[in-house]
Amino acid sequence: MPPVQQKTRQQTKMKQFIYFIRKEFFHLWRDKRTLFILFGMPLMQILIFGFALTNEVKNAKIGILDNSKDEMTTEIINELEASRYFDIEENIHSNADLEKAFQSGRIKMAVVFPDRFQDELMHTNKAPIQLIGDATDPNVANTLINYASAIILDYQEHMKGFQQYPYTINSEVRMLYNPQMKGSYNFVPGVMAMVLMLVCAMMTSISIVREKEMGTMEVILVSPIVPIRVVIAKMVPYFLLSSVNIASILLLSVFVLEVPIQGNLVLLVSECLLFTVTVLALGLLISSVAGSQQVAMLISLMGLFLPTVMLSGFMFPVENMPIPLQVISNIVPAKWFYYIVKNIMIKGLGFTYVWKETLILLGMTVFFMVVSVKRFKTRLE
Amino acid sequence: MTTDKVISVRDLTKQFGAFTAVDHITFDVLKGEIFGFLGANGAGKTTAMRMLCGLSFPTSGQATVAGFDLFRDPEKIKKRIGYMSQKFSLYEDLQIRENIRFYGGIYGLTDQQIKTKMEFLLHQLKLEDKATTLVRSLPLGWKQKLSFSVAMLHEPQIIFLDEPTGGVDPITRREFWNLIYQAAANGTTVFVTTHYMDEAEYCNRVSIMVDGRIDALGSPDELKKKFNATDMGQVFLQLARKAVRSAD
Repeated sequence: MPPVQQKTRQQTKMKQFIYFIRKEFFHLWRDKRTLFILFGMPLMQILIFGFALTNEVKNAKIGILDNSKDEMTTEIINELEASRYFDIEENIHSNADLEKAFQSGRIKMAVVFPDRFQDELMHTNKAPIQLIGDATDPNVANTLINYASAIILDYQEHMKGFQQYPYTINSEVRMLYNPQMKGSYNFVPGVMAMVLMLVCAMMTSISIVREKEMGTMEVILVSPIVPIRVVIAKMVPYFLLSSVNIASILLLSVFVLEVPIQGNLVLLVSECLLFTVTVLALGLLISSVAGSQQVAMLISLMGLFLPTVMLSGFMFPVENMPIPLQVISNIVPAKWFYYIVKNIMIKGLGFTYVWKETLILLGMTVFFMVVSVKRFKTRLE
Repeated sequence: MTTDKVISVRDLTKQFGAFTAVDHITFDVLKGEIFGFLGANGAGKTTAMRMLCGLSFPTSGQATVAGFDLFRDPEKIKKRIGYMSQKFSLYEDLQIRENIRFYGGIYGLTDQQIKTKMEFLLHQLKLEDKATTLVRSLPLGWKQKLSFSVAMLHEPQIIFLDEPTGGVDPITRREFWNLIYQAAANGTTVFVTTHYMDEAEYCNRVSIMVDGRIDALGSPDELKKKFNATDMGQVFLQLARKAVRSAD
């Protein structure tokens, strides 16, 4: 074949492809409600997770039962008060009042100083402080106790520095990578995985299955356009949509939630795009199995969305799960993505720390692609 | 009408497991003729048509469509045929204009060709002022006519119509058949499946399928004479009664 003719043939093929992509955009554009959900959902999720569903505790109401009332207890109380985690709701004067304060729900935690706190500390180098938490909400109680112990330890360190008292320091609590224990840190990669799952896998599979359902797929298959091009053309709009979503999620987390991106931005974005392709391939796989839009949606929700939420480690730590579940979690692509993003974005690690996980994702992507394209072809015969 | 064979089928068979949907059918379709493909539901006519369009892979047999072998050159065949499926095949959420442009585009028409075709088609169907309406809001009859015109957009040698007039009122059916005659007059071969016996009378030749086999083939007049019937309905009933396979 002469090169000129070959070139024009390439051009025609490219044109076919572009006409197809344009059609896909029309579909998206006409369905305003879905479009709104696709763009609005990531923003909503980030904001909800960031602000409402956070483990972080701010301005928790606490009570103080100071039986000693010396210089040191006053200083510690001032430290607690000064932190933004605690508001001292009331000074309690007896154990009976303490119980009442908890029962009425006025306070979430109480700090109890024993008699002659300062004396004891000075003479024996040891003095107890009792921290009492309202454990009806164990997570909050735990967080509050941790905060308070940290503040008290801080005070001890401070005293030691100035006066060189040989105080015994029992333990040290340090919150690595997320010193303020900000809840939103972990949600950002999780939400990203969820949104990409929904936009790419569900929407792609639905849009392919819809053509089957409507009967337009037959007409397309009778036409000279090559099936693989149809598939890729269907992915393009959702890929672009996802890129916008990735950008908006990252911008929101940096500027609104103040979660900094510690690692390399280019690496982070590349990993996000890789995962997008993984999920697109999954969507394609679903569409080759599902016969109707409902089935496609169900498979996406039950087969992809739930495992993403449950087994990726972003809601529940995988390490605490029974062994079988831990094993299963390895086949959930979101688990690896979550790990990668967490490490790059929050720990600021480089590619040398995540190349294995990246390779796993890449392998999964290739696998899904090959299987679904093969299936797509045989379905036509 | 010339005697060129545009479709030539020999012993074409399609099996789904133990079930033989199409059982060794043999026939020829001549250039420019309107070939009716009749049969009860489940007789295998849609399966046969799907094989000729390249949507379904034959189990055995031979066929050439538009001069190309069905097994060896399916891609070349695709460029030369048009297909209108039983289901409505335009995009409801796209404008008339966008649908025409899309199908023109995937058949590799140039922008100029698409533009010319668009004007011609909108004029022919009297849809000039509706170019930007969504297909969804058109009445069914218009949708079917538009669907046919879109399938004819790339000027195929053969057009396959799978029960094109299902659920359409008699007047629109008449108009639809006028479009078919027009296409045939321009040299396009029309291969049409139908349930309506009056439509069978409009065809140059018809074949009647029973249980996956072609039981009768000829012009409507020949068949009526052969089966001693006054219309195609009686011919069809005589043949269909022999069917063992129940309609689906």
